[in-house]
Amino acid sequence: MSVLVYTESENGKFKKNAFEVASYAHEVANQMGTTVTAISVNAEDNESLGAYGVSKVLSVSDDKLKTFNAKAYAHAIAQAATKEGSQVIIVSSSTDSKFLAPILAAKLEAGYAPNVVAAPEGTNPLTVKRTAFSNKGFAHTRINTDVKIIGVSNNAFGTHENDATAAVETFAPSLEDGNFNVRSVEIDKAVGTVTIADADIVVSGGRGLKGPENWGMVEELAEVLGAATACSKPVSDMGWRPHGEHVGQTGKPVASNLYIAIGISGAIQHLAGVSASKVKVVINTDPEAPFFKAADYGIVGDAFEVVPQLTEKLKEFKAQNS
Amino acid sequence: MKILVCISNVPDTTSKINFAEGDTKFDTNGVQFVINPNDEFGLTRAMWFKEKQGATVHVATVGEASVEPTMRKALAIGADEAIRVNAVPTDGFFVAQQLAQVVKDGGYDLVIGGRESIDYNGGMVPGILATLLDMNFVNTCINLEIEGNNATAIREIDGGKEKITTTLPLVVGGQKGLVQESDLRIPNMRGIMMARQKKLNVVEPVEAINATTDAKFEKPAPKGAVKLVDNVDDLVNLLHTEAKVI
Repeated sequence: MSVLVYTESENGKFKKNAFEVASYAHEVANQMGTTVTAISVNAEDNESLGAYGVSKVLSVSDDKLKTFNAKAYAHAIAQAATKEGSQVIIVSSSTDSKFLAPILAAKLEAGYAPNVVAAPEGTNPLTVKRTAFSNKGFAHTRINTDVKIIGVSNNAFGTHENDATAAVETFAPSLEDGNFNVRSVEIDKAVGTVTIADADIVVSGGRGLKGPENWGMVEELAEVLGAATACSKPVSDMGWRPHGEHVGQTGKPVASNLYIAIGISGAIQHLAGVSASKVKVVINTDPEAPFFKAADYGIVGDAFEVVPQLTEKLKEFKAQNS
Repeated sequence: MKILVCISNVPDTTSKINFAEGDTKFDTNGVQFVINPNDEFGLTRAMWFKEKQGATVHVATVGEASVEPTMRKALAIGADEAIRVNAVPTDGFFVAQQLAQVVKDGGYDLVIGGRESIDYNGGMVPGILATLLDMNFVNTCINLEIEGNNATAIREIDGGKEKITTTLPLVVGGQKGLVQESDLRIPNMRGIMMARQKKLNVVEPVEAINATTDAKFEKPAPKGAVKLVDNVDDLVNLLHTEAKVI
């Protein structure tokens, strides 16, 4: 009957979103009068989930699951849900969780509500608020099935500490070879840089930067802030920056605490994609740029002057405040 | 190779979103509908398989007759045939169940859908469909090559990409990268004329579960006015003391 939460890890360490989904699961369990069970895969520090309200961890250690495999992971989670008799399963909005959630939904005949931004509005029926129309609106979605899956948006519910002790139990799901027909052969991932999905701060550049050779100052600003870099659609379409950096309606959504847009005019599609960011700063020469209407703070000015000044100022600020 | 491209009929990306009937329905008034962008990248990739590898390409949509102009556009771009499942697409699970029947009946080797539709953002149709039919599945696919029965795909992951090998039958959740933006095709007059002659089959829906209901919609709260500053000292100060984000 417990609420089951899939807590993602990487190289043995829980990701930030693991604590966020655990916190969310605790809130759901509270509303339902039950407890939280987490399932982790090859994670080392399972006890740490206790601080976010998890009272039991089903710990899977399996070399076959070293590399993420959506189908195999979904099968492991499904078996954990059956074992626990869980009626609600919580997952994150990471690319991996969005890959496995539909597989899990089909296996368990479960309704799946993705991109959920707040605690359930009611548990009978289970109703959640989620973003829709690419952040141009919200839907209040009722999940009608016996088993229900909630995908929690990044950085929307936040982490909440709850004092529980997590009892760790070894769990060995049975995984047939048929689960491994989709094979990872190579992973190409930047090491040591912050990803857009995990970033607290995102620094993004647009066509106003005039060419890929001018991205050095964007990267410097991002480095000072410990931020991820991103770009607008035209910039990725022209090949100035890789596709993975394109944020907006057809690119990646951004839900950071701070989003700094440099030389981006603010097309409606771009604004939709970044609207979940909490604080938006716009730097643009054109005071009529639509982005100013969607921003919290703005500087009307030439990025080539303002951005290096801002980087310098932030360096001073960091030196004083560290 | 027989390919099915699943197409969602969605409001154009520039649409302003409003709700009607006491905020229980999307307001289609004055809205222009298009092929879901993530699906269009998949359709264009399918055209490449058609032209270079002799594949047959069908498109399928779950929707009422009003979606047919969007399906005709897909035919004008070059799909050979279209199938419309005559039902209101109530949620992703329902759509996946309907499309699973289409795939079963048509015996497709490769099914390409978008990673998500830009309206309801469910992001679940390809994955549920693949699982119902026990087909292989790759999501957030940004590159796809097929040789015989073998597929090589690249999938976007958080912070990078992953190369994947698998086999047909395969379902792909696609997005930009499957083809480039500049590869997208605008139907020409000949394509539009030919599309009129192509088959658009209408099939009735199969029984499906009622997994979720969007009971009510809401627009985001209006944004307060921007605070303009004229120097970086003030900006850093505000971000620290007022917004508390640094």
